[in-house]
Amino acid sequence: MIKNLKKQNVWFVFTPYLWLVLFFFVPLALIFKISISVSEWGMPPYRDLFSFSENGFKINSTLGNYLFIFSDPFYIRSYLNSLSLAFTSTVLCLLIGYPIAFYVAKSKPSIRNILLIMLIIPFWSSFLLRVYAWKVLLQGSGIINSILIHIGLISEPISMLHNHYAVILGVVYTYLPFMILPLYGYLVKFDLNLIDASNDLGAKPLNTFVKVILPLSLPGIVAGSMLVFIPVVGEYIIPEMLGGSDKLYFGKIIWDEFFVNRDWPIASALAMSGIVILVFPIIIFQLMYAKYNFKNE
Amino acid sequence: MNKLFFKIFTLTIGFSFLYFPILTLIAYSFNDNKRVMVWKGFSFRWYKELFQNEQILEAFYTSLKIASLSATFATIMGVMIGFSLTRISKIPARPFFIFLSSSPLVMPEIILGLSLLLFFISSNHIIGFPSSKGQLTVLISHITFSVAFVAVIIQSRLSSYDKNIEEAAQDLGTIPNMIFWKVTAPVILPAILSGWLLAFTLSLDDLVVASFTTGPGANTLPIVVFSKVRLGLSPEVNALSAIIMLIVILAAISIYLINRSNIKK
Repeated sequence: MIKNLKKQNVWFVFTPYLWLVLFFFVPLALIFKISISVSEWGMPPYRDLFSFSENGFKINSTLGNYLFIFSDPFYIRSYLNSLSLAFTSTVLCLLIGYPIAFYVAKSKPSIRNILLIMLIIPFWSSFLLRVYAWKVLLQGSGIINSILIHIGLISEPISMLHNHYAVILGVVYTYLPFMILPLYGYLVKFDLNLIDASNDLGAKPLNTFVKVILPLSLPGIVAGSMLVFIPVVGEYIIPEMLGGSDKLYFGKIIWDEFFVNRDWPIASALAMSGIVILVFPIIIFQLMYAKYNFKNE
Repeated sequence: MNKLFFKIFTLTIGFSFLYFPILTLIAYSFNDNKRVMVWKGFSFRWYKELFQNEQILEAFYTSLKIASLSATFATIMGVMIGFSLTRISKIPARPFFIFLSSSPLVMPEIILGLSLLLFFISSNHIIGFPSSKGQLTVLISHITFSVAFVAVIIQSRLSSYDKNIEEAAQDLGTIPNMIFWKVTAPVILPAILSGWLLAFTLSLDDLVVASFTTGPGANTLPIVVFSKVRLGLSPEVNALSAIIMLIVILAAISIYLINRSNIKK
């Protein structure tokens, strides 16, 4: 292709390359190093990995932090809680988001553009404030309790905050636009005539959906699910604001180990295991999915 | 008719779910009562207090500064990555480069924040830089996670347009350096703009990474808001939400109108 760009090439490749090595890769390598260090009092609160003393060279590395994490059901449960939260809310977002995306995509272009703007507005507005809005709504003296009392379903305000249902609700609400927008992107390209063709050929609506619409919107489903699942796994804000002590999540555990217990090696070991348990499967899935798509094309 | 009813029903329920919490928050921002959920009467009291709250105003200014700087640097590097990956074949350790430029997308922000904080502390110990945590460290962290998002946008734009234009420019004798500025850059300008906007909002919205990497004098708006609402409700934050919603709605409407007039042309 363009061969004479040499000098510019060097700049173009190496500026971001160096930046990412320095501020992304090295920090990750560092938490790996700290995760196999022995914790101790002082600053920094861990022993150097290599030490030179009268007795000679010594490596102070340990797998103790990992053994500690995986022998304590407390940490294992928090990983499982995070995975199940991410899974549940991804499925709920898909079930709620799909019909909305479908009908928005199938509206007349003039209405469609207005609806699309209405979908984007919550997407662009502050994440923190949208979570806060639910905190306001779910209060004991909040509007939902007032309505329920007014229509006579309950007589006393019930506590709806600080449990894992509130967390699921908050996650589904804040991440719904992340599901709807990619789904919309695929559904809007979809040719309506295909539905008519399928109907004309005698397929029942359910059959049309399962055999025609669903396979064609599969890339949108995968993209949307990724955009919900991945960040929810490490979610800290929503469990902190809406959740209680009934279920603890991975993100909050790391936060507390670091800021409250000041145990850097354990926090680092949690983060490293988080990457291995939660992030690697996603990367592998994406690679496999890319390969599968490539074959089908 | 049944179908139409189902469609309107779904859309009404869906959009009510999306807008009910936001609208309630805006309505209660006009409530003249310190107890957020007990309606006392209409007033602009909390807006007045919001604009006198120097902590929030300063945090807002800090956030805007960091977000615009971060978006600018992230966009420049995002364009470089997008261009490198689609146009330059000889990149040393190419798979590693791809890994570096895409894995911030799937890295939980809590791990990113933790690793960057530990990195800043260690590098301060070893080479004395950064001398302290503050706006600079937040800025560096925000650039780092935004770059990947911008790179994806630029990359998809660059790989979908016809490379022949660049080759044609070369055949016509355009100086290689000029090809990028005169041919490639204008074509990807919309992608650059949307990348910048995305990086800007990512930075403006970030709480977790900023909480880890912040220091004295670098409280961003989400950090201040979070400290106010973590344990309770705050009527001032209600007023702030209403203002932010208003800005977002106005921006969305203007983008819609610009798009519509472009399509008509």
